[in-house]
Amino acid sequence: MDKLTSLLLVGVGGQGTILAARILSQVALLQGLDVKMSEVHGMAQRGGSVVTHVKFGPHVYSPLVERGEADYVVAFEKLEALRWAEYLKPDGTLVVNEQAIYPMPVITGSAVYPQDILARLGQQQIRLVTCDAANLASVCGNRKAANVVLMGILAKQTDIPLATWQTAIEQKVPSRFLDLNQQAFLAGYALPACV
Amino acid sequence: MNNLMSGNEAIARGAYEAGVTVAAGYPGTPSTEILENIIQYPGIKAQWSPNEKVALEVGLGAAIAGARALVTMKHVGVNVAADPLFTAAYTGIRGGLVLISADDPGMHSSQNEQDNRYYGKFAKIPVLEPSDSQEAKDFVALGMNISEEFDTPVMLRITTRIAHSQTLVQVSEPIQPVKFDYQKDAQKYVMMPAYARARHLVLEERLKDLADYADTSPCNKIVWGDKSVGVITSGLAYQYVREALPHVSVLKLGIVNPLPAKLIHEFAAQVGTLYIVEELEPFIEEQVQVYGIACQGKYLFSRIGELSAQAIKAAIEPEPTADTLKALCVSPDVPARPPVLCPGCPHRGVFYTLNQLKLVVSGDIGCYTLGSLPPLHAMDTCVCMGYSIGGALGMEKADASMARRMVAVIGDSTFFHSGLTGLLDVVYNHGTITTLILDNRITAMTGQQENPATGKDLMGNPAPAVDLEALVRAIGVQRVQVVNPFDLADLKTVIQTELAALEPSVIIVRHPCVFVDPASPKPPVVVNEACTGCKSCMKLGCPSLIYSDGKVEVDPTLCNGCNLCIKVCRFGAINSTGKEAGN
Ligand SMILES: Cc1ncc(C[n+]2csc(CCOP(=O)(O)OP(=O)(O)O)c2C)c(N)n1
Repeated sequence: MDKLTSLLLVGVGGQGTILAARILSQVALLQGLDVKMSEVHGMAQRGGSVVTHVKFGPHVYSPLVERGEADYVVAFEKLEALRWAEYLKPDGTLVVNEQAIYPMPVITGSAVYPQDILARLGQQQIRLVTCDAANLASVCGNRKAANVVLMGILAKQTDIPLATWQTAIEQKVPSRFLDLNQQAFLAGYALPACV
Repeated sequence: MNNLMSGNEAIARGAYEAGVTVAAGYPGTPSTEILENIIQYPGIKAQWSPNEKVALEVGLGAAIAGARALVTMKHVGVNVAADPLFTAAYTGIRGGLVLISADDPGMHSSQNEQDNRYYGKFAKIPVLEPSDSQEAKDFVALGMNISEEFDTPVMLRITTRIAHSQTLVQVSEPIQPVKFDYQKDAQKYVMMPAYARARHLVLEERLKDLADYADTSPCNKIVWGDKSVGVITSGLAYQYVREALPHVSVLKLGIVNPLPAKLIHEFAAQVGTLYIVEELEPFIEEQVQVYGIACQGKYLFSRIGELSAQAIKAAIEPEPTADTLKALCVSPDVPARPPVLCPGCPHRGVFYTLNQLKLVVSGDIGCYTLGSLPPLHAMDTCVCMGYSIGGALGMEKADASMARRMVAVIGDSTFFHSGLTGLLDVVYNHGTITTLILDNRITAMTGQQENPATGKDLMGNPAPAVDLEALVRAIGVQRVQVVNPFDLADLKTVIQTELAALEPSVIIVRHPCVFVDPASPKPPVVVNEACTGCKSCMKLGCPSLIYSDGKVEVDPTLCNGCNLCIKVCRFGAINSTGKEAGN
């Protein structure tokens, strides 16, 4: 692994992007790499659009992933996938949770939630993986583990060994939620590689 | 051992390692987590002060008494603390004093994006700027050493991306807590004119010594590369420069006030084209220009918002970029996703009512500022913490009739921060305005910190809780009401009654924030077939209510069961799934 890997985790405040980013950073640390992770606190967390940047490699300078640079974008919500897709490299991988959470301008009727998000993304020169993570998580016992399901899907797209991910989860998830999260991770990992 | 730490976690660790024993601050993104993390370390008395001015005074007092003290705040907090800061530069300290100024380029969570490096020059104190978490930690100890060696407060200026980015940190063992003896020295610490004049001379001499120090300080370093291009930079901009232009020569400044003039001259003499790369204002560049050194800088970059590696690359080494950006532009019409009041938030009913009453709302800063967004849309002004009350009094002075159709709205923490003096002014100067204190029993906006009314301190100990009613009565407000914001009818009547009264009144709107309410979440509501799709409930701006196909639906995973929508529905179309309806 001598190259820089750049990821964005995007979603809506409260969806658990931060735990996911912690797991991801731990995966990088376990491989002996330099890591930088940048997250948003404060105002944006109140149900706003949130983004966490993760970069790892032999040496990382800027903690931020910029437009056209991400190897992977993991979108915890569909509209956020559309918002952040342009951060992907050409041929980059976009993992999309099919859940839709309406933003206030849509709720009040001043904006429209696009209905053709997946179709539009499908036309791009990217690798698109979609899933219903919340549903997979609830099968494992709790919808809230959707974030870790998405990590499982992401893991499948990388060449990082499965065991490394599992160790990272063990180290980052509180023990009482560990079983649930390991299961959720495997549920994601078991999905077909690319849709 | 290498740990992944945010800049804020690293600063807390740095304070511990540097023998700090007193830490004070007021919450404010992106500085808040420093004190939240510092409490894990033994031997540090840490506290939330009611505002930044008091926090700095506590820090200065501790430093004069001989301890090492850390004071934390966001950039605008330094405006509040500026008064003690400027004169602390005259008195100097005894134990080290480091002030963290957490600036917010890009205004992720702020009302402006002022560049506080200018405070260093203005107040004549040294300013350090770290470029990652390791430096954030190490610069606390460095700052303490500079503070004690030169007898001055030191500013450690970070930005949002330093504060909230996690990077690897090598931690060290702490030194013994530092404590010098207290020594009375009126000529140094009593800043009346005769003594202050003498101290001003000391201050100017100190600045010369600091300038010499800056020239040799190990925190300024040159990374030599191709000498045809040289870049002077600091803070996170350094990382952007290394990423964008890995081969050029870089002078990275760790101390940005005073600047290392000699080092800059030497560097400039050895490179071809000299660039100054800084986020926000041309603070370094202006001074380098004064040295008479030719350089390129701010005209290439915006002084608005955050800098980026791509912007640096495009300005200094433009190359035809691949057409990837265009190719992936799939999102011309993505609806924005602004932050919203949480489901179950006690502020919602207040702004719903203010909107219904069509009042002018002199607003303030906190979660409740979100009451300005549609559909609640019930705020006319928001300037700085505490503005609401003084601003409303000013409106009344300009047009007396406004007092009958205007309220000032302020949160509990904000009221203690700087609303109290405004209310005193209303009473003293014959104002008749109505002030709503939104007492949600916590400082919510910045992530639920304790404040003087919550009955707990930062360390988690029980603390005296101020009696808000008694407090406002004591300063002379005679009309004081307490209402529950979930009782919409009562809230509306009380506001109307108090608006009509020709004297100052305070309405304390009291209900705990959903994050501190032991009764939350309650069972979600459901919509029944009586829903006519009239959308009255949608005026609450609740994210758990969704309008689709002519009817309203509830997202049970979001609904907190506050039942406000049940109260605004005229058709009885919304029910609680809990045993008892209402609040
Ligand atoms: C001078 C200054 N210090 C700190 C902040 C950050 N800040 C904004 S609002 C706020 C506190 C809000 O608490 P409160 O008034 O209780 O309202 P709530 O968010 O709980 O509704 C803080 C700390 C700021 N904007 N300005």
